[in-house]
Amino acid sequence: MAYKTVERPVLTTAEKLYLPAVMKGLGLTLKYFLKRKKFTRQYPEEPTVVPEGYRGLPSLVKDDEGRVKCVACSMCEWVCPPEAIRVIPGELPGDDPVEKGPKEFELDTLRCIFCGLCEEACPEEAIFLSETFEYCGRSREEMIFGKEKLLEIGGVRAEGVKKWKKEADAGFSRKGPRR
Amino acid sequence: MTFWTDVFWPAIKILIILNAVLILVALLVWAERRISAFIQDRLGPNRVGPAGLLQSFADLLKFIFKEDVTPGHVNKPYFVLAPALAVMPAMIALAVVPFASTLIIADVDIGILFVFAISSLGVYGITIGGWASNNKYSLLGGIRSSAQMISYEICLGLAVIGVFMLSRTLRLQTVVEMQGDGIWLFGNHYGGFAKILDWNVFKQPLGFLIFMIAGFAETNRLPFDLPEAEQELVAGYHTEYSSMKFALFFLGEYAAMFVMSAVAVTLFLGGWTLFGLEELGWFVQLLIFLGKVLALLFFFIWVRWTLPRFRYDQLMRLGWQVFLPLGLLNIVLTGVLKLIFKV
Repeated sequence: MAYKTVERPVLTTAEKLYLPAVMKGLGLTLKYFLKRKKFTRQYPEEPTVVPEGYRGLPSLVKDDEGRVKCVACSMCEWVCPPEAIRVIPGELPGDDPVEKGPKEFELDTLRCIFCGLCEEACPEEAIFLSETFEYCGRSREEMIFGKEKLLEIGGVRAEGVKKWKKEADAGFSRKGPRR
Repeated sequence: MTFWTDVFWPAIKILIILNAVLILVALLVWAERRISAFIQDRLGPNRVGPAGLLQSFADLLKFIFKEDVTPGHVNKPYFVLAPALAVMPAMIALAVVPFASTLIIADVDIGILFVFAISSLGVYGITIGGWASNNKYSLLGGIRSSAQMISYEICLGLAVIGVFMLSRTLRLQTVVEMQGDGIWLFGNHYGGFAKILDWNVFKQPLGFLIFMIAGFAETNRLPFDLPEAEQELVAGYHTEYSSMKFALFFLGEYAAMFVMSAVAVTLFLGGWTLFGLEELGWFVQLLIFLGKVLALLFFFIWVRWTLPRFRYDQLMRLGWQVFLPLGLLNIVLTGVLKLIFKV
């Protein structure tokens, strides 16, 4: 047999009138209408809470002694799929155990795809995807964020690798090993 | 026939009523959005003005400044005419609605006939709009609307006959006055709070039920909003309309809703009377009347966000096979009860 007989429910007179079901439905919607708690989040006043591991704008960080952790190795620039990062390295002044640092660090926020590869690639733990997602500008130029701005967004991260300290502890100086 | 009684005062009344109703319609759109949001656990528009009350006016400004697109394939004269035709009937029907014992633009003896005659013209706006758009969705919406309105107009008419069998007049003021003068029960007259039992809704419960459901169908509200069924017809008859022309259709729909509620209040819910409070003057009467209309409008919106849409064949079967016989039954019942109780 190519067909199947479907058992239809036998409706009582009350069910056939529909009105009891309509009343029940109206009661339900009224219950929700009077409910105090709403799901709407009043966005600009009520800050949005982003989940853990949220991939926001990439940012540079300083350590707890106020040093820029980035050593301008350009790993992030190399790995970045949309080529949003541009690092111009420069020599650090004086007798610093670390020779190299970013003279300029540019992130084109219009190109960035928030993949997080820069964070993964960074050997110095200097670049992190922050929880920032609100940023704007009136032109393409304004949307390219420089070093100062990225450092401001990134803030301080005390934990992790500190290259300059490691170098200093090993007795390294610009003039060569002090052995 | 003087200038003051026949021209000046009616003009003032028209000015008051038309403006009041237009503002109420704007607030009604806001109420619709807020109530729907609350029912869905959201907040709805709450930014423009206190609690978002000015949202409709912001929308109106947007509508005015938007580009008025007239597609190349439409029948232009009818395309332009249709939105106006959709708004006019609702506005004209306001003329015979008794807002208070003295606040009525035209106190005509054929009140309800006038309302029905005018409000059934509303279908022309929708049908012509759907046809002139030269678009299959619009046309289907227009056709559905005409079929629906013709079917439910009959039920609407039958539902109110019972009321007029009791009141023995078609004049709306008399119908209201008769609902406000207390009830006679076993030879005793009851006033005060018992006056509420004099309302036609208690004398004509079946008539009220049919009137309300047919009213939903007449104003194209859910669960009978087949002319603009979004899921099937994009936006139905106003698919091709934009800018202020679309706003006019919108206005027409909500104004028709207001008129339908006002007529329901007048015929079944005691009009501007409430526990004898109406003796305080015309302003109190107006407040009572508007309060009742707003309560009924809340019901309209509440139902919209509760019930799903009927299928087209269900709609037709409900109209012709259920409400038409019920309406006739209501007339027969009223006649029999009238004979028994000698009212």
